Amino acid sequence: MTQPTNIDYLTILPLIILIAWSCVLLLVDLFIPKTRKWITALLAAGGLAVTLIFTALQIGKSSVGFNNMVVLDGFSIFANVLLLLSGLFGIALAHGYVKRMGIQRGEYFILIIFSVTGMMLMAQAADLIIVFLALELLSIPLYVLAAFTRKVESEESGVKYFLLGAFATGFVVYGTALIFGSTGTTSLTAIATAASNGTSGLLLSIGAALLLVGFGFKVAAVPFHMWTPDVYQGAPTSVTAFMSSGAKIAGFVALLRVFATAFPSISSDMTNILWVMSALTMIVGNFVAISQTNIKRMLAYSSIAHAGYILMAFVPYGNKAVVATSITAGLFYLLTYVLTNFGAWAVVISLEKAEGKGLEISDYSGLAKKYPALAAAMAIFMLSFIGFPPTLGMVGKFYLFRAAIEGGFSGLAILGVVTSLVSAYYYLRVVVNMYFREGDPEIERETWLTITTGLTAVATVLLSFVPQLLFLLANTAVLK
Amino acid sequence: MEFLLQPLTLLTFFPLVGVLVILFMNSESKAAIRWVALATSLVTLGISLWVLTMFTASNPDLQLEAKYAWITVADWNIKYYLAVDGLSILLVLLTAFLTPISLLSTWTAVEDRVKDFMIFFLLLEVGMMGVFLAQDLFLFYIFWEFTLVPMYFLIGLWGGPRRVYAAVKFFLYTMAGSILMLIAILFLGIQTATFNIPDMLAKLPALYSDGTITAGTQMLLFVAFAAAFAIKVPMWPLHSWLPDAHVEAPTAGSVILAGVLLKMGTYGFLRFNMQLFPNATVAAAPWIALLATIGIIYGAAVSYAQQDVKKLVAYSSVSHLGFVMLGLFALNPEGVAGAILQMINHGLSTGALFLLIGMVYEQTHTREIKVYGGLWKIMPIFGTIMLIASLSSMGLPGLNGFVGEFTILLGAFGSKAIGNPWFAGISAIGVIMAAVYILYMFQKVFLGPAGEITHHHELKDLNWREIITVLPLLVFIFWIGLYPAPFFNLLAPAVGKLINALPLLP
Repeated sequence: MTQPTNIDYLTILPLIILIAWSCVLLLVDLFIPKTRKWITALLAAGGLAVTLIFTALQIGKSSVGFNNMVVLDGFSIFANVLLLLSGLFGIALAHGYVKRMGIQRGEYFILIIFSVTGMMLMAQAADLIIVFLALELLSIPLYVLAAFTRKVESEESGVKYFLLGAFATGFVVYGTALIFGSTGTTSLTAIATAASNGTSGLLLSIGAALLLVGFGFKVAAVPFHMWTPDVYQGAPTSVTAFMSSGAKIAGFVALLRVFATAFPSISSDMTNILWVMSALTMIVGNFVAISQTNIKRMLAYSSIAHAGYILMAFVPYGNKAVVATSITAGLFYLLTYVLTNFGAWAVVISLEKAEGKGLEISDYSGLAKKYPALAAAMAIFMLSFIGFPPTLGMVGKFYLFRAAIEGGFSGLAILGVVTSLVSAYYYLRVVVNMYFREGDPEIERETWLTITTGLTAVATVLLSFVPQLLFLLANTAVLK
Repeated sequence: MEFLLQPLTLLTFFPLVGVLVILFMNSESKAAIRWVALATSLVTLGISLWVLTMFTASNPDLQLEAKYAWITVADWNIKYYLAVDGLSILLVLLTAFLTPISLLSTWTAVEDRVKDFMIFFLLLEVGMMGVFLAQDLFLFYIFWEFTLVPMYFLIGLWGGPRRVYAAVKFFLYTMAGSILMLIAILFLGIQTATFNIPDMLAKLPALYSDGTITAGTQMLLFVAFAAAFAIKVPMWPLHSWLPDAHVEAPTAGSVILAGVLLKMGTYGFLRFNMQLFPNATVAAAPWIALLATIGIIYGAAVSYAQQDVKKLVAYSSVSHLGFVMLGLFALNPEGVAGAILQMINHGLSTGALFLLIGMVYEQTHTREIKVYGGLWKIMPIFGTIMLIASLSSMGLPGLNGFVGEFTILLGAFGSKAIGNPWFAGISAIGVIMAAVYILYMFQKVFLGPAGEITHHHELKDLNWREIITVLPLLVFIFWIGLYPAPFFNLLAPAVGKLINALPLLP
């Protein structure tokens, strides 16, 4: 343990860089003419890239800082890398899209950096107060971004997200208060110590359950998922892409760290709740996705379904023998999901027209004949979502189901594969439209969009042949 | 780089070279693309023959191993592990042999998106080779699932009128089977801390005898694997995807589907179910035999009722593969050896039938039996070849089908595992029924008065390319029929080893 007075700035160096940069950028943006807002985008992306380098330099280090309130470990580094990549992809997707949709304003990119900062703080939080702070920092920019188009649907989306999000934050705060009441501390490690002394009881369990509600909302787990389709559909697509990846990573990372660190003592109760949540999320997400005709809504339900799969990794969190494997599996799955997800959204953005046209699945008809590369990429993403070789999604599911079976939850794993089969139906419908139906779709060609699509598609396939690298990386991310 | 030069690695992945070349070719230069694809598959055939020369028939074990650590984190122990033995060598050769033949059959039949077609076809070959060669369950599962993707596109893009329905049905049906297998694979991988099959086989007996894996669990695992394979075979009552897929698939797709993809199911039983779960295999043998027998009779009966030639042949596959399953689960050397040979026979004769049907369909664009008639007079070469293929399919002595079916029935009659000669007895009726539906079809199409199509079309007999396409198949149909010993010699030692590993019957 470090000294209580130790304030170790290096622990959160990447965060400091990023937050400072975004403040500077807010001012700089004022002097960038309206027609050249791409400079802001470039500067924002540059900031993320520099931070990524500093994060990479931290690999292998571990420390705590700010009176034990933030922590730097393999877990947070892994999460930070993922989050920074999400930020970069988020900007790459937005770059041309915002221009095309007439919403090219500098604050868009700065809000994304702010949100990424909040997400990274979440990954490093070792205290419930920091968790709350991070939650607000990541959410508020997202509320603004969701309403960025200033059209009715977009505003509806923003308000809906804000109201329900505020409600969820309330749950987190109230849970924190109850936990503080029962244990006298908000530090995750101290909670675990207090709880294992047996002083806690019911209040702690209720507190933990309230936290679960709050985080469940952020990751869009059933039954806290109701907002997802509407918000995802109404928000600008580039925001949806970022939100469905970044916010999900942050939510899951917080859930993992808080539960695995602070609440192992009540895992016997929590495991049942998580089991049911995971099962319901997989079932509802996948089954409701079948009936969607709008690709944004379909991907929204698909993101709910994938939250269910990732939740599977949490179920055995109290089982010391397997917790390391299952956390690694969860993180690995997040990685595969994020890559695939950004790729899929990039394709959606390529086809989207003004006024929300080009978003029906039937608009994808004939894509393969006219734009074979783009269709092939989308087919790869769909296969990866299903969990089919040769894609990263298959390796991710293999890992995840293995962890579930190892933890003694074969039933959940079976549910996982059965719902994967269900998901094949609606993911394949996109492929059917692209390849087997006639149509004349138009796409927007945009450099950064193409790069994102190509990069994620190639990575999704190639990395599946050498998953060893990623496994080792995820293995360094095990929570102590 | 050493690993790239392993013969089996080359054999499996060589088609990818062709894929890469075709990928960078102009999609308008169709002829060139066809030649590149054909050349690639011929080189692959060459590699497979090279592998055959290095294969020691008297050795019952895995040979020519290419084995490298792949994923070693925790206790995963996943290996890149390819090897061949007597159980798989013939299927490997069949795959390498049927691919160029199928490609040759598309020469004029596929005009649309030739580039994509060839890419998918060569990818399919990679998948099929991998399935037969992989000796690591993870690797096997990847290849197994991967074969679905190109086949899905082959049916969906170049298929008949209901191709989308057939493609999706094919995909979902097959995936439904393999997801349970995935759970079983994961369970085995956790229990034995390895995924490669020889290591697993070394560890499993101890786990079975000390009760870590109970007899009940073993049966569940058996069923999980069997679900995947039974759908692929397809065994009655899981066959309903097959007629749709076959009827809608383009000719080359049908040939590969019947010739090789279905064999992946029977091979799966042979390699995985029978080796990994010996006790469950013996316990399940009578039940599998029952399903196989029902399949034989059902497939034959339904074939007779078909109006579409392709559908008739498709249902006949259900019947023929029933024989294969019956032979496998006779669990004696005759039965298993006969079954493996029958897998090859079915690939040859059904492959030939699909090719021939495709050739006439290209001219007439219909497969309705009733519109044909009197075809022999106009197309004598076609008729002769069709007659040979039909007779081979119904098991005429002197042709390959007879050798396989006879050996299987011999095995099934004396099988202790099945325990009841009635299964074999009833199955023998299937042979007669095969004669009925095949000859019925032949008579309606080739003999009798000229049908409406025969009247109205300027039908041309087979040209040289088409004859060359089917000729190699005919050679093997006669070769196996007249002198099957070399083929049995290749597989006998491995079959003996397999049978000896099963728990002895009282």
